[in-house]
Amino acid sequence: MFDLSGMTALVTGASGGIGSAIARGLAERGARVALSGTREAALQAVAGEIGGDPVILPANLSDSAAVDGLVPQAVEALGKLDILINNAGVTRDNLAMRMKDEEWADVIRINLEAGFRLSRAALKPMMRAKFGRIISITSVVGATGNPGQANYAASKAGLVGMSKALAQEVASRNITVNCIAPGFIRSAMTDALPDSQKEALMGRIPAGRLGEGDDIAAAAVYLASREAGYVTGQTLHVNGGMAML
Amino acid sequence: MSETADRVKKIVVEHLGVEADKVTEDASFIDDLGADSLDIVELVMAFEEEFGVEIPDDAAEKITTVRDAIEYIDNNKA
Repeated sequence: MFDLSGMTALVTGASGGIGSAIARGLAERGARVALSGTREAALQAVAGEIGGDPVILPANLSDSAAVDGLVPQAVEALGKLDILINNAGVTRDNLAMRMKDEEWADVIRINLEAGFRLSRAALKPMMRAKFGRIISITSVVGATGNPGQANYAASKAGLVGMSKALAQEVASRNITVNCIAPGFIRSAMTDALPDSQKEALMGRIPAGRLGEGDDIAAAAVYLASREAGYVTGQTLHVNGGMAML
Repeated sequence: MSETADRVKKIVVEHLGVEADKVTEDASFIDDLGADSLDIVELVMAFEEEFGVEIPDDAAEKITTVRDAIEYIDNNKA
């Protein structure tokens, strides 16, 4: 089960903790992966440690021309595109009353708008192939909210609504569109939290640990697989029980 | 009947699974042939592939009948 041999995938934000774990997970199951991100050296490092002859496609998702070019580049490099993982995301945390217009706009542009643009571009080859898997990495925060993250929470909730709409549009073509909502996963983003906040968090996670990138990768492998073809428009919450939605 | 018309009709029959004799030039994809908006998107992609033409979104929106498709392709193919 969950064999991805012969499939191809584009993973955005592939140099990060979650993105690299997903890329590795897909590659271990036999998929050929295109790694995208802004830091080419970091992408090279990820490419060096995962198997399956990965391709590197550096792109800055705050640049809409770069976003629109990314899926065609992936199709060209991989020959086709079966799986799109919208994983790239940024935070610009601030209390709403202090949030700058740019802090709002940057997060929406990179997390939500780029996710839409990439999905739109991916649907064309997927419609042709009559097969596709679009998986957006959201966040528990998109469902529960979090102080200081009005922009981030809105962008992640936006991806969920977008995915449900897309899922209905293309379900009859064997294309599924789903989200994975990680809870608190050990990454550069969570490492940056102050210790007091980390401890408070741990008290809210019944599993008693932070999540790992591999916890998310396993969910991505499942949703990407042929076996998950009847699952669409869903959000799979992978959060150690911290929010049961 | 032109060669373009034959090929267009063949694609329509294949994609929509309709009887060939229903695919007249006056037939509307949605009203007469039971297509939905997603079928139209697919048909347009199939026409693009078959004829090597690019059909931009604003032109695609105006293609509602078999004749519209044939005429657009005849006027724009290389």
